[in-house]
Amino acid sequence: MTTSPITLADRIAAAPADASSLATQEYFVNMGPQHPSTHGVLRLLVKLDGETVREVIPVVGYIHRGIEKMGEYLTYRKFIHLSDRLDYLSAITNNWVVCMAVEKAAGIETNDRIQTIRTLCAELQRIQSHQLWWGVFGMDLGAFTAFLYGFRDREMVTDIFEETTGARLTMNYIQPGGLMYDIHPDFVKGVKKFIEYFKPKLAEYEQLVSGNVIIQARLRGIGVMSSESAISLGTTGPVLRGSGVEYDLRKTEPYGVYSKVQFDVPVGRIGDCWDRYWVRMEEMRQSIRIIEQLIDNIPEGKHMMIKPTAKIKLPEGLSYSQAETARGILGVLIVSDGSDKPYRIHLRSPNFNNLWSVTAMGPGLRIADLVAILSSIDIVVPDIDR
Amino acid sequence: MTGEDLVSVIMSIEARAKPREKCAMPSAMIPVDALPGFMRSMRDDPRLSFDMLCTHTAVDWLGENRFELVYVLYSTKHRHYVTVSTSIPRDKPEASSVSSIWRIAEWQEREVYDLMGVLYSGHPDLRRMFLEDDWVGFPLRKDYKDTFMLGLPE
Amino acid sequence: MDHVPGGSFCVTSVDGIINWAHANSLWPLTFGTACCAIEVMMAAGASRHDLARFGAEVARPSPRQADLLVVAGTVVKRLAPRLRTLYEQMAEPRYVIATGSCAISGGPFMYNSYSTVRGADQIIPVDVYVPGCPPRPEAFLYGLLTLQKLIKEGESIRRPYVRRKPVLSVLPAGMTADQIRSELAALLTRDSTVDLSGEYVQNVQAGGSKQ
Repeated sequence: MTTSPITLADRIAAAPADASSLATQEYFVNMGPQHPSTHGVLRLLVKLDGETVREVIPVVGYIHRGIEKMGEYLTYRKFIHLSDRLDYLSAITNNWVVCMAVEKAAGIETNDRIQTIRTLCAELQRIQSHQLWWGVFGMDLGAFTAFLYGFRDREMVTDIFEETTGARLTMNYIQPGGLMYDIHPDFVKGVKKFIEYFKPKLAEYEQLVSGNVIIQARLRGIGVMSSESAISLGTTGPVLRGSGVEYDLRKTEPYGVYSKVQFDVPVGRIGDCWDRYWVRMEEMRQSIRIIEQLIDNIPEGKHMMIKPTAKIKLPEGLSYSQAETARGILGVLIVSDGSDKPYRIHLRSPNFNNLWSVTAMGPGLRIADLVAILSSIDIVVPDIDR
Repeated sequence: MTGEDLVSVIMSIEARAKPREKCAMPSAMIPVDALPGFMRSMRDDPRLSFDMLCTHTAVDWLGENRFELVYVLYSTKHRHYVTVSTSIPRDKPEASSVSSIWRIAEWQEREVYDLMGVLYSGHPDLRRMFLEDDWVGFPLRKDYKDTFMLGLPE
Repeated sequence: MDHVPGGSFCVTSVDGIINWAHANSLWPLTFGTACCAIEVMMAAGASRHDLARFGAEVARPSPRQADLLVVAGTVVKRLAPRLRTLYEQMAEPRYVIATGSCAISGGPFMYNSYSTVRGADQIIPVDVYVPGCPPRPEAFLYGLLTLQKLIKEGESIRRPYVRRKPVLSVLPAGMTADQIRSELAALLTRDSTVDLSGEYVQNVQAGGSKQ
């Protein structure tokens, strides 16, 4: 017996707004796809009883560009520039995941210099992404100053990336076999200057937003998700770690040079919005710690191990690689038939899994809390729709 | 648990399981009617305890006239991965849903239905996810014809 | 009023004032779909590249209160009717800037995508195109200034809904396109990891290529 497919109208009709009670009447309200909390084009159908949310139905697909289908017509090197545009706030890590998959399957070796620079770029990208998250988080809760501060400091990291990779947002820097260009001579100096500048700023952020009594009241106890729920919903990244599960790919299956550096993994207690907020602030501190350990010891070597015009052919079979981006675990599943284009490439997107946790957290809260929850999950919608 | 131990434990649960060839990680290939019971024991068996479904997708083998459903599972307790795959015939692509075992499967399976056309029995809410409700065809299939798609000029 | 003695002077000055007011207080509608939203909308509005200097600070979420629609990001078939609705809800005079290559022509998703609309101008009429993937915030500011120039020079209350588009040169004064091409080729051969075969370089140095 198979289920026959239904449409969105059927789905809404299956959970009708209850018009029978005397006091209030439930109704559906449409948030999006164009709305001011610019997480992207996400549409939320919210069933409301007054101001209380009874059910949240996310509708996605407003930025579905068919990247998986396009990947079947592109070679692996060309696919990397598309992977930039998935979760564009951690573009370099997306590049790295695809390169890891290709290098593992094709047996391409890299050297220590390449891995160290890749790790440094990934951690800088993590700080940059969390700075943007912090700014937008403040803006969503009404604290617009946080947005300006976050972007002011984010511009420093963007400058470092622009000097080395040539681009501010979609870098296309990490290639199979190495890096597109060698790092700029001022890279080390720039990063050190940024670290020196940013450490007191992080304390300023805490003072500005974290200790604020309004922020605390809006975040504590809101959107609680238990760890079993979080695991069953497949969430990863700060959303999972906020719920108390210690799963960080950089510790459990280290890639790059993560096995050679010391850092802690922050884990929350009950899984409310405050825990997820705190986990990300701590992650920024740990990223600074990792960068400080690596920045003075970049080994010498080549920056690209294979010829840039070499044809990359993966052997037949299925391979899966993952890495920890700022939002969770991005995985790439490649099924190859021996040619230089993938037969099927599938991206395990962290934001796709994290989004559906809002259906578990939403009911029972108010719309303003829903905005806070969405912001604390930190989704980037083009990654959901690929 | 190492790869060989995993595979041997899996074979003890389901006798018809065999490793998927040409797969770099521990894998198991099972027939589709064993799917629901097998997946439940993958989660509940204390030696395995695969409590997280990392991803679920389908591969369209046009030449062999089958779809291959691929599930990548992870255990947060024992920290091991496995890839489970099963084949279903292309003209009658039906499988049973695992959404009662892992909640994220509800939406992963909706995505596979939307792009590949695999029908899942026991699914609470099977409808299109990324494309409009009235879209005709399943784009990720290899024989998908579309007048809108523009090919790269030679 | 033109046939009244001195009337055309009045109309022209009124034109000048109205166009100045329109151009210097554009209210953008927040319509960012993908990566360009971060660069064009958020980074351009933030502290370093300040959009408030040009009067475009008040970003209204509602189309009925906005007069500039900045299409930042890919337009997909599912979103296209919403974009059309938003455009039609805006009151005249309304302007559209298409930023990023996705909004101009489909961008990186032009080929082999079954759902990307190849350019926002398939859905709504566009006034200014800002290329880039994503364009720098400074490039978007240049696009905004181009739009302001277009408004100030191109509109008149004599012909209310007709816009005369001036042909703008995008090159800075004193530069030619050939100069840029040869400089670029020299830079590429000097420090690129991409192997340029000899014929491309010869073609460029000969001063023309098939494009």
